[in-house]
Amino acid sequence: MDRLIETFLNPEVMRTSAPYLVRGVWMTVRLCVVVIPLGIAAGLVLATLHSLRHRWLNVLLIVYVDLFRAFPPLVLLVFVYYGLPHMGVVLSPFLAVVLAFMLNTSSYYGEILRAGIESVPRGQWEAARSTGLGRVQTMRHVVLPQAVRSVLPDLVSNTLEVVKLTSLASVVALPELLRMARVAQGITFNPTPLILAAGIYFLLLWPFVRLLSRMERRMLVRAI
Amino acid sequence: MIDSFFNPQIMRQVLPSIIDGMLITVALSILVILSGTALGLGLATVRTLQNKPTNLLIVFVVDVFRAIPPLVILIVAFFALPYVGIQLSGFVVAWLCLSLVLAAFCEEIFWASILSVHKGQWEAARSTGFTFLQTLRYVVLPQAMRLALPPLTNRAIAIGKSTALASVVAVPEILNQATSAQAQFANSTPLTLAALAYLAIFIPLVVLSRRIESRFMWKH
Repeated sequence: MDRLIETFLNPEVMRTSAPYLVRGVWMTVRLCVVVIPLGIAAGLVLATLHSLRHRWLNVLLIVYVDLFRAFPPLVLLVFVYYGLPHMGVVLSPFLAVVLAFMLNTSSYYGEILRAGIESVPRGQWEAARSTGLGRVQTMRHVVLPQAVRSVLPDLVSNTLEVVKLTSLASVVALPELLRMARVAQGITFNPTPLILAAGIYFLLLWPFVRLLSRMERRMLVRAI
Repeated sequence: MIDSFFNPQIMRQVLPSIIDGMLITVALSILVILSGTALGLGLATVRTLQNKPTNLLIVFVVDVFRAIPPLVILIVAFFALPYVGIQLSGFVVAWLCLSLVLAAFCEEIFWASILSVHKGQWEAARSTGFTFLQTLRYVVLPQAMRLALPPLTNRAIAIGKSTALASVVAVPEILNQATSAQAQFANSTPLTLAALAYLAIFIPLVVLSRRIESRFMWKH
């Protein structure tokens, strides 16, 4: 038991690696704060375009969404980070990560919001429009609030996935939590920083996992 | 641009290793999906037995694997286990870790859909003389599957895509083959091929999941 603690939860290693992990958490938070709003905004644009019901545009949107849903995000990231420089486009690791994750996650947010908008009965549109609201106003004040409510669990679930996704940034040497844990492991020759990083992810995300479980159950009860 | 992304000569040279990679990606995905869904269904079944301490434990373990990013789990398993003398190959580590992650999500999906089956169905089946397991197998699960199938397919596709993470622990699947070839030729063509290989595998599945989703959608 002592040996296990010495190896996996070594207090001295914890002290040495704490500054690294703090910097890592900070970078992970920064990534989330940039990627999540961008992804939601882009997804909203995709879903709004879809609601225009233009036939060819919709085919194009579905191709775009399916393309990025079929691509593993890590492959996308490696492509953006290692591939684009051959085209003369050199991005910083941060920008490469943001671009790749935005392409990936906007298609998921787009699908979710599209489903939400489609779940709002047509009559709501017509009623809102007939009271004199413009298209954008109808979308903003009548349709979206109902749409978001009906797909809230999916939105939360996808946001959780995005936060977990940011750990992939370690592959392109962006100093986020996982990367910093690996660096600290390399310095201390001890896996404690990795265990700590896993623990930090768990503590940060557990409340959301619980919340999600509850929301999903409530939605299910309502559906039946 | 054509030279660095679609170089025909490099394509010819790299293609065999990308195809090897595809085989490993597909094999790993199938193994993970089989063991992950089986374990998830097993856990959900145990949970229907309503034993409080067991259920709390299941919920906690499921939460752990839903909250920690798969890449973190993979790296912890691959780099931390050798410190206690457990040396597993990258393939086995990836298989185990991704199976556990998928099992966690599947348990939630199965459990939620089992709960959605009306209580009367249980009681009616039990009163005709079905045992607990028979009721689950012949009455409850078939009805629950209708609700479970769309999210299950989505999860299966997601976990198939995350086999790309195994490249980090040196499993020679598509991405790993492509990045080493890319370093060797100093050219992006292998990455293009890898991208096409992933699309060839996953586009049909994404289209299929769209079908399943619209077919099994609850009509209000």
